[in-house]
Amino acid sequence: MLFKYATGAIAALALGTFAAGGAFAQDTVKIGLVVAMTGQQASTGKQIKAAVDLYMKEHGDTVAGKKIQVILRDSGSVPDNTKRLSQELIVNDKVSVIAGFEITPAALVVAPLATEAKVVQLVMAAGTSIITERSPYIVRTSFTVPQSCVIVADWAAKNNIKKVVTIVSDYAPGFDAEKSFTERFKAAGGNVIEAIRVPLANPDFAPFLQRAADAKPDAIFIFVPSGQGGTFMKQFAERGLDKAGIKLIGPGDVTDDDLLPTMGDAAIGTVTAHFHSADHPSAKNKAYVAAFEKANNFRPNFMSVGGYDGMHLIYEALKKTGGKADGDSLIAAMKGMAWESPRGPISIDPETRDIIQNIYMRKVEKKNGQLYNVEFATFEAVKDPVKAAAKK
Amino acid sequence: MIPPRPTILAATEWLSARARWHPLEFVFWIVAFAAIWLMPERHLILTEIAWLALFALSLDLILGYAGIISLGHAAFFGFGGYIAALLAKYEIVNEPVLALLIAGVGAMALGFVTSFLVLRGSDLTRLMVTLGVALLLRELANRYGWLTGGADGLQGAIIQPLFGTFRFDMFGHTGYAYSVTVLFILFLIARRLVNSPFGLSLMSVKGNPLRSSAIGISVDARLVAIYTIAAGYAGIAGALLAQTTAFASLEMFSFDRSADLLLVLIIGGAGYLYGGMIGAIIFKVMQDYLSALTPQYWPFWIGLVLVVIVLVGRDRITTWTTPFRRLAARLDWRAARRAAAASNEGQKP
Repeated sequence: MLFKYATGAIAALALGTFAAGGAFAQDTVKIGLVVAMTGQQASTGKQIKAAVDLYMKEHGDTVAGKKIQVILRDSGSVPDNTKRLSQELIVNDKVSVIAGFEITPAALVVAPLATEAKVVQLVMAAGTSIITERSPYIVRTSFTVPQSCVIVADWAAKNNIKKVVTIVSDYAPGFDAEKSFTERFKAAGGNVIEAIRVPLANPDFAPFLQRAADAKPDAIFIFVPSGQGGTFMKQFAERGLDKAGIKLIGPGDVTDDDLLPTMGDAAIGTVTAHFHSADHPSAKNKAYVAAFEKANNFRPNFMSVGGYDGMHLIYEALKKTGGKADGDSLIAAMKGMAWESPRGPISIDPETRDIIQNIYMRKVEKKNGQLYNVEFATFEAVKDPVKAAAKK
Repeated sequence: MIPPRPTILAATEWLSARARWHPLEFVFWIVAFAAIWLMPERHLILTEIAWLALFALSLDLILGYAGIISLGHAAFFGFGGYIAALLAKYEIVNEPVLALLIAGVGAMALGFVTSFLVLRGSDLTRLMVTLGVALLLRELANRYGWLTGGADGLQGAIIQPLFGTFRFDMFGHTGYAYSVTVLFILFLIARRLVNSPFGLSLMSVKGNPLRSSAIGISVDARLVAIYTIAAGYAGIAGALLAQTTAFASLEMFSFDRSADLLLVLIIGGAGYLYGGMIGAIIFKVMQDYLSALTPQYWPFWIGLVLVVIVLVGRDRITTWTTPFRRLAARLDWRAARRAAAASNEGQKP
């Protein structure tokens, strides 16, 4: 009986002690980084965190006379956590930029906050086209899914692929991928004979792959979010589809550099279109990959580049505003910014605040005993095709 | 046979003694409400604590009082949450309080229907059945994406101001005041409920269903009743989350949420109403503190704390707080008065 009252007292004490305010220094610019460090999208968070750390190690933590402080919070891959944590970072820690967002729902749920608080929301990962339209304070340094999909559709049509089965994850980026690929591929004379959607959480691809195989396509178009490519490849090989002469094509999420080394030889020959490969043959990228691998013992993937460039964008924007860190000045400075990233030349579209970047066609090959996405063609300065089409 | 009058009097006396408010309970609620003014910076996490406490209170009603073990309590949480979010999104019901009630009633209906599944079988079957119901609802919400937004979550719901005046602000002030008030009202009802003869009969069902039915308690009817009520509580907790974040996602139905809830109740202790609430406070504060300290490895520390709680035993931890309890007993002026009265009576010839 008495126990309840005792614990009541403890609880009251606990409530009392954790009420503490955050001090706010004028010469510090705080950046809230909300990504998944645990849960389903933990690999994305791990990559972005490592890239942010690397950037700050290389470029120091002072810019335009301001000290940069990154506050990392774990969303646990749950969007309502992302919202609460972002809100706390904005309200209590007074962050100037809220960054991260491993997955589309997480980015969308924070958008109204960015608008209300007039804080820059920097999307470092999530790839649905619509995200940047949800708030005038959203800017993106990752990619949009359709950017890669239309390129791969063009390539497939030109390379004697006629019949395709599409397999995409059942959520917004998946729909984007399916729609943009199908429209472009059909316009170029191809035929999509079946469109399959697989659940986003803990998917088992086996039954879907069987359905796809039964349709006897020339190629399977696959989109799964970063982190699920390994499972897919394994099940693809288990059903012997790699030997049945069915090509695997898609945006580069499936042959994610993080997982590629463990995928096995079944992945060889997969043709994807994407914006960054650890094998991209530029000096900048070689230095980036080497420094990243040295610091972390794993290979950087395309998500990491979103984080690295995100930090660069913040640093450069602060230089341009002379250290002014309010949302309106920062977002204005970010618009139209162009620079050389490890992935190649990129810029921020001043109209849509979305990223403009090169898309590369790549094929999985073995180099020095390791699997890499080896680039063989470049499409320069690709804008988000969905927004470009809407403008016409 | 009618029991002699003194027995009835003794029973009434005993029941009302059980239901009497302890000073620390006043302290608990005064602190909870004072936080509206004293801790404005912490309202967002306090709001989370409030709905988690309500959710845990709901599980405590069925687990702690009626002995129904559940691994799928998130089913009602998510159901209520989606109802509240959908009502707001399609502007069917604009008043949050009314939407909250509808969500609660909806979840109660679901609880009533599924309670008959829970009546069958023993603990293990109940675990599976409740888990199954939650998985089923999650898949339904995923499948009917045109209505629920599927895996993207229900975006674009705008929650209208409370009573048409208090806007749900970015700082979470309205959200907390609203949540803690709802929690308090539902707590009062639950408190009344478990201290009533109905509550006592539930505890006897928990102790031994066979003997309870032998002394004339209709076991099934009571279990259905409490399961339905608890489902309503869980639904309202979910609706509070949906309304304070203007968002609903499939995560609301997830197994993790049900499992976390069991943890909360284990930390706080099942079978008394404050267990869930104290568990919610400790769990959230610990999670918030540890995950800010080490965003990658915080689940390790939470796991460690749980293992310690189980190994050391909660009883032994409570003995460390004996001084506080003594102090509380001394502060309890009514107890002192009762003791004085008793000794006076004893002295009379």
